[in-house]
Amino acid sequence: MSEEKMQHAARFCVNTAAAFVLAAALVACSQAPAPVVPVTFHASGSPAHLSDWHVTAALDGKLQLNADVVPYDLNTPLFSDYAHKLRTIWMPKGVAAKYDAAQTFDFPVGTIITKTFYYPLPKGAARDAKSVARSYDQSRDFAGSGLDLTQVHLIETRVLVRRESGWAALPYVWNADQTDAELARTGDTQALELVADDGTREPFTYVVPNENQCAGCHGTDMKNPSLIAPIGPKARHLNRDYAYADGRENQLAHLTRLGYLMGLPEASAVPRNADWHDATQDVTARARAYLDINCGHCHNANGPANTTGLSLDIFTAPDRHLGLCKPPVAAGRGTGDHKVDIVPGKPDDSILPYRMNSSEPAVMMPEQGRSTIHREGMELIRAWIAAWQGNCDVAS
Amino acid sequence: MRKLVLAALVVTLAGCGRGAEEIKALTADESAYQKHLQEQLLDAKPGSVIEIPAGKHRFDRGLTLRVNGVTIRGAGQDKSILSFKGQVAGPEGMLVNASDFTIENLAIEDSKGDGLKINDGENITIRGVRVEWTGGSQTTNGAYGIYPVKTRNVLIEDSIAIGASDAGIYVGQSNTVIVRRNRAELNVAGIEIENTINADVYENTATKNTGGILVFNMPNLSQPGHSTRVYKNHAVANNTGNFAAKGAAVASVPAGSGIVINSNPLVEIFDNDIADNKTANLIISSYFSTGYMNKYGVAENYDPYPKGIFIYDNRFSGGGDSPDGLDLKTLKTAMFGITGHFPNILWDGYVDTKTLVNGLPPAEQRICIRNGDTGILNVDGPNKYDKPSTDMAPFQCELTKLPAVTLPAKA
Repeated sequence: MSEEKMQHAARFCVNTAAAFVLAAALVACSQAPAPVVPVTFHASGSPAHLSDWHVTAALDGKLQLNADVVPYDLNTPLFSDYAHKLRTIWMPKGVAAKYDAAQTFDFPVGTIITKTFYYPLPKGAARDAKSVARSYDQSRDFAGSGLDLTQVHLIETRVLVRRESGWAALPYVWNADQTDAELARTGDTQALELVADDGTREPFTYVVPNENQCAGCHGTDMKNPSLIAPIGPKARHLNRDYAYADGRENQLAHLTRLGYLMGLPEASAVPRNADWHDATQDVTARARAYLDINCGHCHNANGPANTTGLSLDIFTAPDRHLGLCKPPVAAGRGTGDHKVDIVPGKPDDSILPYRMNSSEPAVMMPEQGRSTIHREGMELIRAWIAAWQGNCDVAS
Repeated sequence: MRKLVLAALVVTLAGCGRGAEEIKALTADESAYQKHLQEQLLDAKPGSVIEIPAGKHRFDRGLTLRVNGVTIRGAGQDKSILSFKGQVAGPEGMLVNASDFTIENLAIEDSKGDGLKINDGENITIRGVRVEWTGGSQTTNGAYGIYPVKTRNVLIEDSIAIGASDAGIYVGQSNTVIVRRNRAELNVAGIEIENTINADVYENTATKNTGGILVFNMPNLSQPGHSTRVYKNHAVANNTGNFAAKGAAVASVPAGSGIVINSNPLVEIFDNDIADNKTANLIISSYFSTGYMNKYGVAENYDPYPKGIFIYDNRFSGGGDSPDGLDLKTLKTAMFGITGHFPNILWDGYVDTKTLVNGLPPAEQRICIRNGDTGILNVDGPNKYDKPSTDMAPFQCELTKLPAVTLPAKA
């Protein structure tokens, strides 16, 4: 298995005086004659720099992935102010995650998951540290096996590391030179401007969450505040193809082949969420996938939003638990003067799209992780509600 | 087009009541303290005491704590002020997900959303905390001031809540709760106990709210509440117009409500001073009167009726003279004349007809009044106020008194 991992190894060279030199990997280093440092699992503590983990490195105009660091995507990702995301996973040799059909895979101690938030630069504009493109187009993002640093602006990298004591979340913010990211336990705010293809600009405050706020989404069990878990690496989110350097392959099959995943059932038995952005897919499936990843980590039976009686994960039946004709509990002015979460057929009368259509902290949902309105996501939820039949039969 | 409309709306909202006051970005010192305090919250260990020095400390992001056994202590609720005016992220001023938590002697001002939210945890003490929206009663204020939800063994004392657009002090889905010696004013709901089991609410002052003290049960939640005692409080002149967003539970509370019981069983109201609340000093109602009841949106096992309500030995005066809403105004004038007033207690008249025995609820589910010559008006809500009644006969009964709530002693 480790041999296969080696075959997959991305080219990774780090300017460091570290003594470890892997002869096999040296062959790959065409540019810098530096020794190679393997990914470093820190069993405790909070390393000051992202580079201390040796998962990625900004080198030669590219954000490169180290050997055995595997990129992945989700069928439907969480919206984060139109940021693009490079997600990676790495595990020590000889261990693997256990497959689960519904929950986050059971990852072994030593697992390091990263998510790098970045934006493509506006077309034809010089880098100015605040202008970023509002675009779903990823075609300019990649150069070979890494991100093209001449085309993208890196904001932050969040590290989730599985230690003996459980998962730890560490936010790192990229420096102005885009050479490394520094630990920012208390988070950060940055004044950015989304630039659309037609040149229109939308200023917003990009918010890097603090460590506790990471747990606001990743702490899925309110009875154990110290327990947090990754959200994305679940079967239904990962069950899709990825264009790896050595070819296109289903991500779950790929992880299994590399020895990162065990217990994968046959393909037909693996759940798959819809791609929210693929208009050819069923609107209900797309909306439910969107709610699942954007809302379901809080709005589930055990999550922080279980105070509301509203569950938006993929498993919730399409009745009042999902918001059908359900009066709000503690929405405050987040109701927008609407009486229930979803009025079938009437998105304008429903609370759900109202809260999605706000960027005010007291009104918007999700309540953290974005500062702008996800117009396309909101339109999807509106279309879904518009397709619901029936009414709420208010009886008084 | 939509964007233009939105932009206009945001400008309008931002302009409401605050004049052209500009919110300045944090200074370097303010940013440094924000970072320092959040680091203290991240690094706290069980037993840690985090002191907030005197002074007004500004924040542009919400504070969060997730470690058990922490005390946050200021130098006084008028001295150590955490101000969130200009907050750009994080809906709450402070969000706590932890047990054995004490917060005392400080103020939280002008958070965008809730002031102090404590979500899940036990052994919670909130003492001498002031949560305030300094611009007074405005719809744009945050929803809840002091807001423990899904908590157990909670003490809220000697605190102040001002200006919440929902409830000043709101205890939701909790168990074993004491709320005492607090002051709530200029909120929609002054003090609200919702879906909570075993709560004692005493020696509080609720004034100038839309509704003074509320005991509610809402549908679809983790637990139905019961057993609340409200006593020795002052619920006086709660006549502020309802400024809650429609759809919020408290949006249906008429301005001028002293104490309101909605859909909640086993509630005891005694020895209170309840005065000058213009709709009624005391309202007992069912979920049907909120306008939210509908066929699909309410769990089938939800009980919308107030049952086992015992009202005795309160001191009522004034009030009931200018009810909120056209229906009640018309009813008042028709029954009591232009210069007259409602009796002290208003009941919406919805009963669980399945349980009636000889026209009355079972003994333990009745509404019982032992309060001198205090009268009640059954407005006959089910028949659209067709046959309102002031007959006291159905209410002349007694209920077994509830035991006092006791919190476990601190270890």
